[in-house]
Amino acid sequence: LVFTEEDKFGLYSNLLFKYFLAEGIVCGHDLFVASAKEHPDKILKELPAPLLDDTYGKELGDEAAAVKSEDFQDSMKIAWRYQNLPKMEASPTTSTKFGHYYDISKKMSPELCQSVKRHSFYLHEELSFEPKMKAWNMNSGYSRLLQSIQRIISQGGFDGSDPQKKQRNVLRIGIQSLGSVLWGDDVCCSDPPADPHSLTKFLYVLRGLLRKSLSACIITVPAHLIQNKAIMERVTNLSDMVVGLESFIGSERETNPLYKDFHGLVHVHQIPRLNSLICDVSDTKDLAFKLKRKLFTIE
Amino acid sequence: QGKFTLLRDTRTDGSFLVHHFLSFYLRAGCKVCFVALLQSFSHYSIVAQKLGVNLAAAKEQGQLVFLEGLKSCLDLLFGEEEQPGQPSPLQFLSRDLRALFDFVQVSLTPCARDSWKGPVLLVDDLSVLLSLGAAPVAVLDFIHYCRVSVCCQLQGNVVVLVHSSEDSEDEENELVVNSLCHHSDLILWAEGLATGFCKDVHGQIKIIKRLSLRQAAEQDLVQIYQYKIQDRNVTFFARGLSAAVL
Repeated sequence: LVFTEEDKFGLYSNLLFKYFLAEGIVCGHDLFVASAKEHPDKILKELPAPLLDDTYGKELGDEAAAVKSEDFQDSMKIAWRYQNLPKMEASPTTSTKFGHYYDISKKMSPELCQSVKRHSFYLHEELSFEPKMKAWNMNSGYSRLLQSIQRIISQGGFDGSDPQKKQRNVLRIGIQSLGSVLWGDDVCCSDPPADPHSLTKFLYVLRGLLRKSLSACIITVPAHLIQNKAIMERVTNLSDMVVGLESFIGSERETNPLYKDFHGLVHVHQIPRLNSLICDVSDTKDLAFKLKRKLFTIE
Repeated sequence: QGKFTLLRDTRTDGSFLVHHFLSFYLRAGCKVCFVALLQSFSHYSIVAQKLGVNLAAAKEQGQLVFLEGLKSCLDLLFGEEEQPGQPSPLQFLSRDLRALFDFVQVSLTPCARDSWKGPVLLVDDLSVLLSLGAAPVAVLDFIHYCRVSVCCQLQGNVVVLVHSSEDSEDEENELVVNSLCHHSDLILWAEGLATGFCKDVHGQIKIIKRLSLRQAAEQDLVQIYQYKIQDRNVTFFARGLSAAVL
Protein backbone atom coordinates (compact mmCIF):
# COMPACT_ATOMS: atom_id res chain seq x y z
CA LEU A 1 0.00 0.00 0.00
CA VAL A 2 1.83 3.06 -1.26
CA PHE A 3 0.69 6.29 0.30
CA THR A 4 1.74 9.48 -1.46
CA GLU A 5 1.41 12.87 0.12
CA GLU A 6 0.49 15.26 -2.65
CA ASP A 7 2.47 18.37 -3.35
CA LYS A 8 0.55 21.59 -2.90
CA PHE A 9 -1.04 21.76 -6.32
CA GLY A 10 -1.04 18.07 -7.01
CA LEU A 11 1.04 18.51 -10.14
CA TYR A 12 3.82 16.11 -9.38
CA SER A 13 1.87 13.56 -7.40
CA ASN A 14 -0.48 13.31 -10.37
CA LEU A 15 2.52 12.55 -12.52
CA LEU A 16 3.68 9.82 -10.18
CA PHE A 17 0.15 8.44 -10.17
CA LYS A 18 0.17 8.26 -13.98
CA TYR A 19 3.59 6.60 -14.01
CA PHE A 20 2.22 3.88 -11.75
CA LEU A 21 -0.69 3.26 -14.07
CA ALA A 22 1.46 3.44 -17.22
CA GLU A 23 3.86 0.90 -15.77
CA GLY A 24 0.88 -1.35 -15.11
CA ILE A 25 -0.18 -1.21 -18.74
CA VAL A 26 3.33 -1.88 -20.03
CA CYS A 27 3.59 -4.89 -17.68
CA GLY A 28 0.20 -6.18 -18.76
CA HIS A 29 -1.44 -5.73 -15.37
CA ASP A 30 -5.12 -5.02 -14.92
CA LEU A 31 -5.89 -1.53 -13.72
CA PHE A 32 -8.42 -0.11 -11.31
CA VAL A 33 -8.58 3.67 -11.21
CA ALA A 34 -10.69 5.51 -8.68
CA SER A 35 -11.25 9.22 -8.37
CA ALA A 36 -13.76 11.74 -7.15
CA LYS A 37 -12.07 14.57 -9.01
CA GLU A 38 -11.27 13.55 -12.59
CA HIS A 39 -13.03 10.91 -14.56
CA PRO A 40 -10.75 7.85 -14.68
CA ASP A 41 -11.16 7.63 -18.45
CA LYS A 42 -9.64 11.08 -18.74
CA ILE A 43 -6.75 10.10 -16.50
CA LEU A 44 -6.12 7.01 -18.61
CA LYS A 45 -6.03 9.08 -21.80
CA GLU A 46 -3.15 11.12 -20.41
CA LEU A 47 -0.63 8.44 -19.53
CA PRO A 48 2.96 8.92 -20.69
CA ALA A 49 4.22 6.88 -23.61
CA PRO A 50 6.82 4.23 -22.82
CA LEU A 51 10.33 4.66 -24.13
CA LEU A 52 11.52 1.66 -26.07
CA ASP A 53 14.92 0.24 -25.11
CA ASP A 54 16.78 1.48 -28.13
CA THR A 55 15.48 4.99 -27.93
CA TYR A 56 16.04 5.36 -24.21
CA GLY A 57 19.76 5.95 -24.38
CA LYS A 58 19.27 8.56 -27.04
CA GLU A 59 16.55 10.36 -25.07
CA LEU A 60 18.74 10.48 -22.02
CA GLY A 61 21.57 11.87 -24.08
CA ASP A 62 19.25 14.47 -25.52
CA GLU A 63 18.31 15.57 -22.05
CA ALA A 64 21.98 16.05 -21.20
CA ALA A 65 21.20 14.81 -17.73
CA ALA A 66 24.09 14.38 -15.37
CA VAL A 67 22.51 11.24 -13.97
CA LYS A 68 24.26 7.96 -14.66
CA SER A 69 21.79 5.24 -15.56
CA GLU A 70 22.71 3.11 -12.53
CA ASP A 71 22.13 5.95 -10.12
CA PHE A 72 18.82 6.52 -11.82
CA GLN A 73 17.81 2.94 -11.26
CA ASP A 74 18.91 2.90 -7.64
CA SER A 75 17.04 5.99 -6.71
CA MET A 76 13.92 4.90 -8.58
CA LYS A 77 14.01 1.65 -6.60
CA ILE A 78 13.14 3.51 -3.47
CA ALA A 79 10.02 4.96 -4.97
CA TRP A 80 8.97 1.90 -6.91
CA ARG A 81 9.37 -1.17 -4.77
CA TYR A 82 6.13 -2.94 -4.24
CA GLN A 83 6.72 -5.81 -1.90
CA ASN A 84 3.17 -6.99 -2.40
CA LEU A 85 3.95 -8.20 -5.90
CA PRO A 86 5.60 -11.59 -5.66
CA LYS A 87 6.89 -11.31 -9.21
CA MET A 88 8.98 -8.25 -8.62
CA GLU A 89 11.61 -9.55 -6.29
CA ALA A 90 14.35 -7.20 -7.48
CA SER A 91 17.32 -7.30 -5.16
CA PRO A 92 19.17 -4.03 -4.70
CA THR A 93 22.53 -5.50 -5.60
CA THR A 94 21.68 -6.74 -9.07
CA SER A 95 21.92 -4.37 -11.95
CA THR A 96 18.95 -5.81 -13.80
CA LYS A 97 16.66 -3.20 -15.21
CA PHE A 98 13.71 -2.59 -12.95
CA GLY A 99 10.68 -1.00 -14.46
CA HIS A 100 10.34 0.97 -17.66
CA TYR A 101 10.96 4.54 -18.69
CA TYR A 102 8.54 7.00 -20.13
CA ASP A 103 8.45 10.10 -22.27
CA ILE A 104 6.02 12.50 -20.69
CA SER A 105 5.94 14.76 -23.70
CA LYS A 106 4.10 12.02 -25.59
CA LYS A 107 0.83 10.32 -24.70
CA MET A 108 0.50 6.57 -24.56
CA SER A 109 -1.18 5.24 -27.67
CA PRO A 110 -4.84 4.26 -27.25
CA GLU A 111 -4.05 0.76 -28.56
CA LEU A 112 -1.49 0.14 -25.86
CA CYS A 113 -3.78 1.65 -23.30
CA GLN A 114 -6.61 -0.64 -24.24
CA SER A 115 -4.43 -3.73 -24.23
CA VAL A 116 -5.23 -4.35 -20.59
CA LYS A 117 -8.47 -4.57 -18.66
CA ARG A 118 -9.30 -1.30 -17.03
CA HIS A 119 -11.82 -0.80 -14.24
CA SER A 120 -12.99 2.63 -13.21
CA PHE A 121 -14.63 4.09 -10.19
CA TYR A 122 -15.76 7.66 -10.57
CA LEU A 123 -17.59 8.55 -7.37
CA HIS A 124 -20.11 10.86 -8.92
CA GLU A 125 -21.19 8.29 -11.47
CA GLU A 126 -21.64 5.49 -9.00
CA LEU A 127 -25.21 4.57 -8.20
CA SER A 128 -26.02 5.61 -4.70
CA PHE A 129 -27.34 2.37 -3.34
CA GLU A 130 -26.62 1.17 0.12
CA PRO A 131 -23.46 -0.92 -0.03
CA LYS A 132 -23.96 -4.59 0.67
CA MET A 133 -21.04 -4.43 3.02
CA LYS A 134 -22.13 -3.78 6.56
CA ALA A 135 -21.51 -0.10 6.81
CA TRP A 136 -19.34 -0.07 9.92
CA ASN A 137 -19.98 3.64 10.26
CA MET A 138 -17.77 4.54 7.35
CA ASN A 139 -18.15 7.38 4.90
CA SER A 140 -20.39 6.07 2.13
CA GLY A 141 -18.03 7.07 -0.68
CA TYR A 142 -15.29 5.01 0.91
CA SER A 143 -17.48 2.00 1.56
CA ARG A 144 -18.75 2.01 -2.00
CA LEU A 145 -15.18 2.16 -3.25
CA LEU A 146 -14.19 -0.78 -1.04
CA GLN A 147 -17.19 -2.73 -2.23
CA SER A 148 -16.17 -2.08 -5.82
CA ILE A 149 -12.56 -3.09 -5.26
CA GLN A 150 -13.61 -6.26 -3.44
CA ARG A 151 -15.93 -7.18 -6.28
CA ILE A 152 -13.23 -6.72 -8.95
CA ILE A 153 -10.69 -8.70 -6.91
CA SER A 154 -13.11 -11.53 -6.38
CA GLN A 155 -14.54 -11.62 -9.91
CA GLY A 156 -11.13 -11.20 -11.53
CA GLY A 157 -9.68 -14.06 -9.54
CA PHE A 158 -6.91 -11.90 -8.10
CA ASP A 159 -7.39 -13.57 -4.75
CA GLY A 160 -6.89 -17.03 -6.14
CA SER A 161 -10.57 -17.78 -5.67
CA ASP A 162 -10.98 -19.05 -9.21
CA PRO A 163 -8.99 -22.26 -9.57
CA GLN A 164 -9.90 -22.40 -13.25
CA LYS A 165 -7.88 -19.33 -14.03
CA LYS A 166 -4.52 -20.59 -15.17
CA GLN A 167 -2.65 -17.38 -15.58
CA ARG A 168 -2.77 -15.15 -12.58
CA ASN A 169 -2.33 -11.48 -13.14
CA VAL A 170 -1.66 -8.49 -10.96
CA LEU A 171 -4.20 -5.77 -10.25
CA ARG A 172 -2.87 -2.24 -9.96
CA ILE A 173 -5.15 0.06 -8.02
CA GLY A 174 -4.78 3.82 -8.13
CA ILE A 175 -6.91 6.06 -5.90
CA GLN A 176 -6.65 9.76 -6.47
CA SER A 177 -6.93 12.46 -3.82
CA LEU A 178 -8.35 10.26 -1.11
CA GLY A 179 -9.54 12.20 1.88
CA SER A 180 -10.39 15.27 -0.13
CA VAL A 181 -13.73 16.96 0.28
CA LEU A 182 -14.88 15.45 -3.01
CA TRP A 183 -15.01 12.02 -1.35
CA GLY A 184 -17.41 13.36 1.24
CA ASP A 185 -14.78 13.36 3.96
CA ASP A 186 -14.10 16.54 5.89
CA VAL A 187 -10.71 15.44 7.20
CA CYS A 188 -9.09 18.00 4.89
CA CYS A 189 -11.11 20.94 6.02
CA SER A 190 -12.05 20.43 9.67
CA ASP A 191 -10.10 19.78 12.79
CA PRO A 192 -11.44 17.75 14.46
CA PRO A 193 -13.24 16.11 11.53
CA ALA A 194 -16.80 14.86 11.91
CA ASP A 195 -15.64 11.27 11.59
CA PRO A 196 -11.95 10.92 12.39
CA HIS A 197 -11.97 7.18 11.79
CA SER A 198 -13.41 6.86 8.29
CA LEU A 199 -10.11 7.27 6.50
CA THR A 200 -8.19 4.92 8.78
CA LYS A 201 -10.92 2.30 8.67
CA PHE A 202 -10.91 2.53 4.90
CA LEU A 203 -7.16 2.00 4.79
CA TYR A 204 -7.37 -0.97 7.12
CA VAL A 205 -9.91 -2.76 4.95
CA LEU A 206 -7.99 -1.83 1.81
CA ARG A 207 -4.85 -3.25 3.35
CA GLY A 208 -6.72 -6.47 4.05
CA LEU A 209 -7.90 -6.66 0.44
CA LEU A 210 -4.38 -6.06 -0.88
CA ARG A 211 -2.83 -8.64 1.41
CA LYS A 212 -5.15 -11.38 0.27
CA SER A 213 -4.77 -10.72 -3.43
CA LEU A 214 -2.18 -10.14 -6.09
CA SER A 215 -2.58 -6.41 -6.07
CA ALA A 216 -0.73 -3.25 -5.29
CA CYS A 217 -2.20 0.14 -4.68
CA ILE A 218 -1.09 3.72 -4.81
CA ILE A 219 -3.07 6.39 -3.04
CA THR A 220 -2.51 10.10 -3.28
CA VAL A 221 -3.74 12.27 -0.48
CA PRO A 222 -3.69 16.06 -0.15
CA ALA A 223 -1.84 15.67 3.13
CA HIS A 224 -0.96 19.35 3.34
CA LEU A 225 -4.65 20.04 3.90
CA ILE A 226 -5.05 17.60 6.76
CA GLN A 227 -4.66 19.62 9.93
CA ASN A 228 -5.16 16.74 12.30
CA LYS A 229 -1.66 15.31 12.53
CA ALA A 230 -2.80 12.38 14.65
CA ILE A 231 -4.67 11.06 11.63
CA MET A 232 -1.55 11.38 9.47
CA GLU A 233 0.43 9.38 12.03
CA ARG A 234 -2.20 6.65 12.04
CA VAL A 235 -2.40 6.60 8.27
CA THR A 236 1.37 6.16 8.09
CA ASN A 237 1.21 3.14 10.39
CA LEU A 238 -1.46 1.57 8.21
CA SER A 239 0.54 1.98 4.98
CA ASP A 240 3.49 -0.03 3.74
CA MET A 241 5.22 2.79 1.98
CA VAL A 242 4.83 6.50 2.50
CA VAL A 243 6.31 9.05 0.14
CA GLY A 244 5.79 12.79 0.28
CA LEU A 245 6.32 15.22 -2.55
CA GLU A 246 7.16 18.81 -1.76
CA SER A 247 7.21 21.16 -4.71
CA PHE A 248 9.17 24.38 -4.64
CA ILE A 249 6.44 26.36 -6.35
CA GLY A 250 5.70 29.43 -4.33
CA SER A 251 8.03 28.45 -1.52
CA GLU A 252 11.22 30.15 -0.42
CA ARG A 253 13.18 27.14 -1.57
CA GLU A 254 12.48 28.17 -5.14
CA THR A 255 15.28 30.72 -4.94
CA ASN A 256 17.68 28.63 -2.89
CA PRO A 257 20.77 28.05 -5.08
CA LEU A 258 21.12 24.54 -3.68
CA TYR A 259 17.91 23.55 -5.39
CA LYS A 260 18.26 25.46 -8.60
CA ASP A 261 18.19 22.40 -10.83
CA PHE A 262 15.23 20.82 -9.13
CA HIS A 263 11.51 21.30 -8.81
CA GLY A 264 10.93 19.72 -5.46
CA LEU A 265 11.88 17.23 -2.79
CA VAL A 266 10.95 13.63 -2.29
CA HIS A 267 10.49 12.62 1.32
CA VAL A 268 10.51 8.90 1.94
CA HIS A 269 8.78 8.63 5.29
CA GLN A 270 8.44 4.89 5.40
CA ILE A 271 9.48 1.88 3.40
CA PRO A 272 7.95 -1.57 3.53
CA ARG A 273 9.34 -4.22 5.80
CA LEU A 274 7.51 -7.29 4.55
CA ASN A 275 8.31 -10.95 4.96
CA SER A 276 11.65 -10.10 6.43
CA LEU A 277 13.37 -8.74 9.50
CA ILE A 278 15.32 -6.26 7.45
CA CYS A 279 14.13 -3.72 4.96
CA ASP A 280 15.69 -2.24 1.90
CA VAL A 281 17.09 1.01 3.16
CA SER A 282 19.28 2.78 0.67
CA ASP A 283 22.20 4.96 1.56
CA THR A 284 20.69 8.06 0.07
CA LYS A 285 17.89 9.66 1.97
CA ASP A 286 17.91 13.14 0.51
CA LEU A 287 16.04 12.97 -2.73
CA ALA A 288 14.88 15.69 -5.05
CA PHE A 289 12.95 15.57 -8.29
CA LYS A 290 13.05 17.53 -11.48
CA LEU A 291 10.64 17.66 -14.35
CA LYS A 292 12.16 18.13 -17.76
CA ARG A 293 10.29 18.17 -21.04
CA LYS A 294 10.45 14.41 -21.44
CA LEU A 295 11.53 12.93 -18.16
CA PHE A 296 10.61 13.10 -14.52
CA THR A 297 13.78 12.33 -12.60
CA ILE A 298 14.43 11.61 -8.97
CA GLU A 299 18.00 12.08 -7.79
CA GLN B 1 5.75 -15.89 34.53
CA GLY B 2 2.82 -13.60 35.10
CA LYS B 3 4.65 -10.72 33.50
CA PHE B 4 3.45 -7.88 31.27
CA THR B 5 6.00 -6.78 28.70
CA LEU B 6 5.50 -3.63 26.67
CA LEU B 7 7.23 -3.29 23.32
CA ARG B 8 7.46 0.28 22.25
CA ASP B 9 8.91 1.91 19.13
CA THR B 10 9.63 5.53 18.33
CA ARG B 11 10.78 6.78 14.94
CA THR B 12 11.52 3.23 13.88
CA ASP B 13 9.94 -0.18 13.37
CA GLY B 14 9.96 -2.34 16.47
CA SER B 15 8.40 -5.36 14.83
CA PHE B 16 11.67 -7.30 15.06
CA LEU B 17 10.88 -7.59 18.77
CA VAL B 18 7.53 -9.15 17.98
CA HIS B 19 9.15 -11.73 15.72
CA HIS B 20 11.64 -12.48 18.47
CA PHE B 21 9.06 -13.06 21.18
CA LEU B 22 6.89 -15.14 18.91
CA SER B 23 9.66 -17.59 18.07
CA PHE B 24 11.08 -17.43 21.59
CA TYR B 25 7.88 -18.51 23.29
CA LEU B 26 7.02 -21.12 20.68
CA ARG B 27 10.44 -22.69 21.01
CA ALA B 28 10.02 -22.67 24.77
CA GLY B 29 6.89 -24.79 24.39
CA CYS B 30 4.37 -22.18 25.48
CA LYS B 31 0.85 -21.93 24.15
CA VAL B 32 0.68 -18.65 22.26
CA CYS B 33 -2.32 -16.58 21.30
CA PHE B 34 -1.16 -14.07 18.70
CA VAL B 35 -3.45 -11.17 17.87
CA ALA B 36 -1.88 -9.97 14.62
CA LEU B 37 -3.74 -6.90 13.50
CA LEU B 38 -1.59 -5.45 10.79
CA GLN B 39 0.20 -8.17 8.86
CA SER B 40 -0.72 -11.44 7.23
CA PHE B 41 0.04 -14.88 8.61
CA SER B 42 2.50 -15.56 5.81
CA HIS B 43 4.54 -12.49 6.71
CA TYR B 44 5.21 -13.82 10.23
CA SER B 45 5.58 -17.33 8.95
CA ILE B 46 8.36 -16.42 6.53
CA VAL B 47 10.31 -14.55 9.16
CA ALA B 48 9.73 -17.24 11.77
CA GLN B 49 11.18 -19.77 9.38
CA LYS B 50 14.40 -17.76 9.30
CA LEU B 51 14.37 -17.81 13.06
CA GLY B 52 13.93 -21.56 13.08
CA VAL B 53 10.24 -21.91 13.90
CA ASN B 54 7.43 -23.35 11.79
CA LEU B 55 4.27 -21.36 12.42
CA ALA B 56 2.00 -23.54 10.31
CA ALA B 57 3.03 -26.64 12.25
CA ALA B 58 2.57 -24.84 15.56
CA LYS B 59 -0.89 -23.78 14.49
CA GLU B 60 -1.80 -27.28 13.44
CA GLN B 61 -0.66 -28.77 16.71
CA GLY B 62 -2.72 -26.28 18.61
CA GLN B 63 0.27 -24.54 20.13
CA LEU B 64 -0.36 -21.31 18.25
CA VAL B 65 -3.74 -19.61 18.02
CA PHE B 66 -3.45 -16.96 15.35
CA LEU B 67 -5.93 -14.14 14.86
CA GLU B 68 -5.28 -12.56 11.50
CA GLY B 69 -6.99 -9.20 11.99
CA LEU B 70 -7.02 -8.15 8.36
CA LYS B 71 -8.61 -11.38 7.24
CA SER B 72 -11.17 -11.41 10.05
CA CYS B 73 -12.15 -7.89 9.20
CA LEU B 74 -12.77 -8.81 5.56
CA ASP B 75 -14.79 -11.86 6.56
CA LEU B 76 -16.86 -9.71 8.86
CA LEU B 77 -17.54 -7.00 6.30
CA PHE B 78 -17.89 -8.98 3.10
CA GLY B 79 -18.77 -12.40 4.34
CA GLU B 80 -22.15 -14.03 4.64
CA GLU B 81 -24.35 -13.48 7.66
CA GLU B 82 -22.52 -14.80 10.69
CA GLN B 83 -23.65 -18.03 12.21
CA PRO B 84 -25.23 -17.61 15.62
CA GLY B 85 -23.06 -18.77 18.46
CA GLN B 86 -19.90 -18.03 16.51
CA PRO B 87 -19.29 -14.32 16.97
CA SER B 88 -16.24 -12.96 15.25
CA PRO B 89 -13.48 -11.82 17.59
CA LEU B 90 -13.51 -8.51 15.77
CA GLN B 91 -17.14 -7.93 16.69
CA PHE B 92 -15.78 -4.87 18.41
CA LEU B 93 -15.78 -3.14 15.09
CA SER B 94 -19.33 -2.21 16.01
CA ARG B 95 -19.27 -2.26 19.78
CA ASP B 96 -16.49 -2.79 22.29
CA LEU B 97 -13.50 -5.05 22.75
CA ARG B 98 -15.31 -7.64 24.83
CA ALA B 99 -15.48 -10.14 21.99
CA LEU B 100 -11.75 -9.80 21.43
CA PHE B 101 -11.10 -10.49 25.10
CA ASP B 102 -13.39 -13.53 25.04
CA PHE B 103 -11.45 -14.84 22.09
CA VAL B 104 -8.15 -14.45 23.97
CA GLN B 105 -9.49 -16.08 27.08
CA VAL B 106 -10.94 -19.04 25.24
CA SER B 107 -7.73 -19.50 23.26
CA LEU B 108 -5.46 -19.57 26.26
CA THR B 109 -7.53 -21.41 28.83
CA PRO B 110 -5.89 -24.82 28.89
CA CYS B 111 -7.97 -27.84 28.04
CA ALA B 112 -7.39 -31.35 29.33
CA ARG B 113 -5.30 -32.47 26.37
CA ASP B 114 -2.94 -29.50 26.50
CA SER B 115 0.59 -30.18 27.64
CA TRP B 116 2.00 -26.76 26.78
CA LYS B 117 3.91 -24.67 29.24
CA GLY B 118 2.47 -21.32 30.34
CA PRO B 119 0.13 -19.33 28.06
CA VAL B 120 1.31 -16.20 26.27
CA LEU B 121 -0.70 -13.39 24.67
CA LEU B 122 1.10 -11.43 21.97
CA VAL B 123 -0.44 -8.34 20.35
CA ASP B 124 0.84 -6.57 17.21
CA ASP B 125 -0.03 -3.78 17.39
CA LEU B 126 -2.32 -2.21 19.91
CA SER B 127 -2.21 1.28 18.40
CA VAL B 128 -4.21 0.01 15.41
CA LEU B 129 -7.31 -0.49 17.57
CA LEU B 130 -7.56 3.26 18.03
CA SER B 131 -7.45 3.72 14.25
CA LEU B 132 -10.38 1.37 13.98
CA GLY B 133 -12.58 3.43 16.24
CA ALA B 134 -11.99 1.90 19.67
CA ALA B 135 -11.88 4.45 22.48
CA PRO B 136 -8.64 4.65 24.52
CA VAL B 137 -10.54 3.59 27.62
CA ALA B 138 -11.87 0.52 25.82
CA VAL B 139 -8.33 -0.42 24.79
CA LEU B 140 -7.03 -0.02 28.34
CA ASP B 141 -9.94 -2.06 29.68
CA PHE B 142 -9.21 -4.82 27.21
CA ILE B 143 -5.56 -4.95 28.30
CA HIS B 144 -6.57 -4.89 31.94
CA TYR B 145 -8.90 -7.85 31.50
CA CYS B 146 -6.18 -9.70 29.59
CA ARG B 147 -3.68 -9.10 32.37
CA VAL B 148 -6.03 -10.35 35.04
CA SER B 149 -6.91 -13.40 33.03
CA VAL B 150 -3.55 -14.31 31.48
CA CYS B 151 -1.00 -12.99 33.97
CA CYS B 152 -2.80 -13.48 37.25
CA GLN B 153 -5.22 -16.34 36.76
CA LEU B 154 -3.31 -18.41 34.23
CA GLN B 155 0.19 -17.35 35.36
CA GLY B 156 1.08 -16.59 31.76
CA ASN B 157 2.75 -13.64 30.03
CA VAL B 158 1.46 -10.79 27.94
CA VAL B 159 3.55 -8.98 25.31
CA VAL B 160 2.11 -5.97 23.52
CA LEU B 161 3.55 -3.67 20.84
CA VAL B 162 2.64 0.01 20.64
CA HIS B 163 3.96 2.94 18.64
CA SER B 164 4.69 6.25 20.26
CA SER B 165 6.72 9.38 19.95
CA GLU B 166 7.45 12.39 22.15
CA ASP B 167 6.25 14.87 19.58
CA SER B 168 3.28 12.79 18.55
CA GLU B 169 0.02 14.64 18.21
CA ASP B 170 -1.99 11.48 18.65
CA GLU B 171 -3.16 12.20 22.19
CA GLU B 172 -5.32 9.13 22.45
CA ASN B 173 -2.41 6.89 21.56
CA GLU B 174 -0.04 8.63 23.94
CA LEU B 175 -2.60 8.22 26.70
CA VAL B 176 -2.76 4.49 26.11
CA VAL B 177 1.01 4.13 25.89
CA ASN B 178 1.72 6.11 29.05
CA SER B 179 -0.85 4.19 30.99
CA LEU B 180 0.55 0.87 29.82
CA CYS B 181 4.08 1.96 30.73
CA HIS B 182 3.01 2.47 34.31
CA HIS B 183 1.69 -1.06 34.58
CA SER B 184 4.42 -2.92 32.72
CA ASP B 185 6.94 -5.21 34.33
CA LEU B 186 9.34 -4.84 31.47
CA ILE B 187 9.57 -2.22 28.73
CA LEU B 188 11.61 -2.72 25.58
CA TRP B 189 11.82 0.60 23.80
CA ALA B 190 13.29 0.68 20.31
CA GLU B 191 14.17 4.12 19.07
CA GLY B 192 15.55 5.40 15.80
CA LEU B 193 18.81 7.25 16.29
CA ALA B 194 18.47 10.95 17.03
CA THR B 195 21.22 11.63 14.52
CA GLY B 196 19.27 10.03 11.73
CA PHE B 197 19.67 6.93 9.66
CA CYS B 198 22.89 4.92 9.86
CA LYS B 199 23.71 1.77 7.95
CA ASP B 200 25.48 -0.05 10.76
CA VAL B 201 23.35 0.98 13.68
CA HIS B 202 19.64 0.72 13.06
CA GLY B 203 18.58 2.03 16.38
CA GLN B 204 18.85 2.02 20.08
CA ILE B 205 16.98 -0.17 22.52
CA LYS B 206 16.22 0.79 26.09
CA ILE B 207 15.47 -2.10 28.41
CA ILE B 208 13.59 -0.98 31.48
CA LYS B 209 13.02 -3.49 34.27
CA ARG B 210 10.26 -2.01 36.36
CA LEU B 211 11.44 -3.18 39.74
CA SER B 212 9.59 -0.27 41.31
CA LEU B 213 6.33 -1.93 40.33
CA ARG B 214 6.78 -4.87 42.67
CA GLN B 215 8.67 -3.29 45.52
CA ALA B 216 8.10 0.27 46.69
CA ALA B 217 11.68 1.25 47.46
CA GLU B 218 13.26 -0.25 44.34
CA GLN B 219 14.52 1.79 41.40
CA ASP B 220 13.84 0.78 37.83
CA LEU B 221 16.81 -0.76 36.10
CA VAL B 222 17.58 0.82 32.73
CA GLN B 223 20.01 -0.61 30.19
CA ILE B 224 20.68 0.88 26.79
CA TYR B 225 22.10 -0.94 23.79
CA GLN B 226 22.32 -0.25 20.12
CA TYR B 227 21.31 -2.79 17.55
CA LYS B 228 21.61 -3.80 13.95
CA ILE B 229 19.00 -5.95 12.25
CA GLN B 230 20.18 -8.67 9.91
CA ASP B 231 18.40 -11.20 7.80
CA ARG B 232 18.14 -13.89 10.47
CA ASN B 233 19.35 -12.19 13.53
CA VAL B 234 19.62 -8.97 15.45
CA THR B 235 22.93 -8.04 17.01
CA PHE B 236 23.10 -5.89 20.10
CA PHE B 237 26.12 -3.97 21.29
CA ALA B 238 27.03 -1.25 23.72
CA ARG B 239 26.56 2.28 22.46
CA GLY B 240 29.29 3.44 20.18
CA LEU B 241 30.78 -0.01 19.83
CA SER B 242 29.21 -1.29 16.65
CA ALA B 243 31.34 -3.63 14.60
CA ALA B 244 31.74 -0.93 11.99
CA VAL B 245 33.45 1.30 14.49
CA LEU B 246 35.74 -1.21 16.17
